[in-house]
Amino acid sequence: MTTSISRRTFLKATGLTIAVSVTPFGFSLMNASAQKEGSFKPNVWFEITPDNKITITLGISEMGQGSHTALGMVIADELEADWRQVKIVQGPASEAFKNPVMDDQITVASSSVRGFYEPLRKAGAAGRAMLVTAAAQIWKVPEEECTAFNGTVKHKKSNRTLTYGQLCLKAAKLQIPKEPRLKKESEFRYIGKPMPRVDIPEKVSGKAIYGLDVKVPEMLYGVIVRPPAYGAKPISYDQMAAEGVKGVRNVVPTPMGIIICAETLDAAWKGRNALKVQWDKGTHPQMDNNFIEKTFMEDLDKPGSVAAKVGDTNKTLGEAQKKVEAIYFVPFVAHTTMEPMNCTAHVQKDRCDVWVPTQAQLVSRMLAAQFAELPPDKVQIHTTLLGCGLGRRGAPDFVIEAVVASKISGKPVKLVWTREEDIKYDFFRAATSQRIQAGLDSQGRLIGWSHKVIAGSIMKDIDPKGIINGVDIMSLWGLLDFPDAPTNNRIMYEIPNFYVEFLLSNLPIPVAPWRSVQNGPNAFVIESFIDELAHAAGKDPLEFRLQHLRSNMRPRRVLETVAEKAGWGKPITKGQGRGIAQHCCFGSYVAQVAEVSVNQGNGIVKVNRIVAAVDCGPFVNPDTVKAQIEGGIVEALSTAFKEEVMFSNGGVKSANFDDYKIIRMSEIPEIEVHIVKSNEAIGGIGEPGVPPTAPAVANAFFNATGVRIRRIPLTPKVVMDALKKA
Amino acid sequence: MISLNVNGKNYRVDVADDIPLLWVIRDYLKLTGTKFGCGIGECGACTVHIDGKAERSCAIPVKQAQGKKITTIEGLPQNHAVKRAWIQEQVVQCGYCQPGVMMQVAALLSQKPVLNADQIIAKMDDVICRCGTYPRIKKGIKTAIQMTKKEVTKS
Repeated sequence: MTTSISRRTFLKATGLTIAVSVTPFGFSLMNASAQKEGSFKPNVWFEITPDNKITITLGISEMGQGSHTALGMVIADELEADWRQVKIVQGPASEAFKNPVMDDQITVASSSVRGFYEPLRKAGAAGRAMLVTAAAQIWKVPEEECTAFNGTVKHKKSNRTLTYGQLCLKAAKLQIPKEPRLKKESEFRYIGKPMPRVDIPEKVSGKAIYGLDVKVPEMLYGVIVRPPAYGAKPISYDQMAAEGVKGVRNVVPTPMGIIICAETLDAAWKGRNALKVQWDKGTHPQMDNNFIEKTFMEDLDKPGSVAAKVGDTNKTLGEAQKKVEAIYFVPFVAHTTMEPMNCTAHVQKDRCDVWVPTQAQLVSRMLAAQFAELPPDKVQIHTTLLGCGLGRRGAPDFVIEAVVASKISGKPVKLVWTREEDIKYDFFRAATSQRIQAGLDSQGRLIGWSHKVIAGSIMKDIDPKGIINGVDIMSLWGLLDFPDAPTNNRIMYEIPNFYVEFLLSNLPIPVAPWRSVQNGPNAFVIESFIDELAHAAGKDPLEFRLQHLRSNMRPRRVLETVAEKAGWGKPITKGQGRGIAQHCCFGSYVAQVAEVSVNQGNGIVKVNRIVAAVDCGPFVNPDTVKAQIEGGIVEALSTAFKEEVMFSNGGVKSANFDDYKIIRMSEIPEIEVHIVKSNEAIGGIGEPGVPPTAPAVANAFFNATGVRIRRIPLTPKVVMDALKKA
Repeated sequence: MISLNVNGKNYRVDVADDIPLLWVIRDYLKLTGTKFGCGIGECGACTVHIDGKAERSCAIPVKQAQGKKITTIEGLPQNHAVKRAWIQEQVVQCGYCQPGVMMQVAALLSQKPVLNADQIIAKMDDVICRCGTYPRIKKGIKTAIQMTKKEVTKS
């Protein structure tokens, strides 16, 4: 169902075409059928053709989050189209596809439906209005007597019907209405109803094309031999031996590593083995996990930059009835999307084609153009399906590599990473050490909160402007709102005195957004510590939270809903525990209750059940909302119990799924997701399921054992050590 | 020359006999539904049937598959209970791991004596889904069993 079309093919088609153009001040609709090539920059568009088909072209990537289906539903609903006549295609890279909330063509930050919901509703409604006008003109009857219904316009009085296909050419000649009437919620045909995803049948058949499945005539395979330690340089390698391997075409050192292009993947890998590279020790030969954790802890005692200062926290803490202090640590975590990184590029004299599973089309195009030494309009980005994204595919490193490899060989090259390379050369979820001190008054109310965060810079490689006075803004997502933040992404509890300090870790380990970015690690710390405070105040964890959310209704409602659905406060079997946590990010509010059993003999924690409540404002496809929250919970459980990247000798030691463990099916509890309806602004759904899970589980562990967990993953060893220490 | 029987068709391919079966299926036979996930038989994305048994094609040298009946996701009938159940339960997210997962479930479904849902689920810990579709894979397994039972009753 999802195929790629070029802009030219699209423009050649005739029929009614509606486009949405995004500007810094909002968006506008246009009737693109009347526009000439070069003069129009549509953002998202759909076209109705005389064969009665509706083609919707989307610039966002489909990585399983279901946005292609959801946005198709939005247009089809307002257009009053028959879902069976709708086809959704993947669009090319183009400024025209910028998401209004991101100002970029990029599929990150749970932004697709959040950014396009309103523009696409209006675009669909405009199309519907034009089709109705066209029918009224043909029949010479008042427009008010005509109604759009399921892909047709009807005139009831005379019992006449025309299909959208029959009407599209006439409608194409009309002016587009500026403020078309949107449907009322009661009129929705698709929005808010569970709809089967359009990409699933093709994926189930085995015919879906991901990046690694791309085939181009005369294509070579490329691999890169990269350094085993950060900053390591090759001392020697046997170029002749590699070149002597049958099928190897090129062996070329580059700043990224030594590129080998060969006729088959097998030959490329054999060439790599024959190279026998000797590397120097790199910049941090002593670095292993102990070194990393020790450095992170020492950094907590170094001065950082002030990120937030409200009231006088120091004074408040001095006067507090009770003071609570704790240090937390969350290690580096890898993305390990099931499809390893890859990209196919073909650089020619006057054009460059790139087939890539990417979350970032415009950045890919810009860098491909730069390395192909061509203007960006000579670069075609063909976005394939993504074998998961998780933020990793927002980075363009593999695009550069494929373009360079194609330039070197003069042929199309499919650049393939092994799983080992995918883990070793990942940009990880940032590890973080954090210290919090907080004070309670005599009534057990939270009066002051002082928080220090150490983390590597995520913004460094994305946009250095995101490091403000030494504060990396993404590292503090979930802790405080930065100026211009479109949605709440702070600690929602009402705290009169609040202080946050940040220090960049200067370890050489690259970091990047990882599903929910630092909301994941930060929510683990915040929501675990809130539980510590509730305990110190002698209050029930739910009650303590609600007491500090007096004017914040959305987190209140999800907490109250999840508590009710999970039976919060009901007795629980000995050896078991129940924990609660909430967090908001990307415009959505999620609360979760976890129930665990702890085996104090072997340290194995079993999660029996997770109940979630989510308020994402209006929702398009409730089945996708549930699927995304379920998926987020499963992945968060993986980080809570399994995942930690291992380092040694200044590089990454973890290599594959035998030593980098991912949670498996039998370890997954029953998961219930409840949608809390609200009329607030629409929120994202791909990521907000992640943050509350780890703290809910750790809080349940405390409830079961009386022992606080301040470091994940909760492996049996960590659990046994914690129980022994207590 | 290696001779292979895949999805009922005979192929002769000129490859070294130590290449993993996975890459011959993908790069030479151009059947790309079978996926590369780890290369060491840890994740299950490359699962195919060899003489009816679920096997990790990334960890089997192609010479060992000669003379055997190989089935890939493309060769699993479109109306197979697993494929229908996966659509009905909307199991899939990114979908990259699912061909392997479905092939493993299909093999377990055809096992004799017949396994129940819990027994099948207990044998699924050697596959990885990174999108977190495990809860729906479990549902899909239950639905596929129901569908298979109905087919048996009908026939």
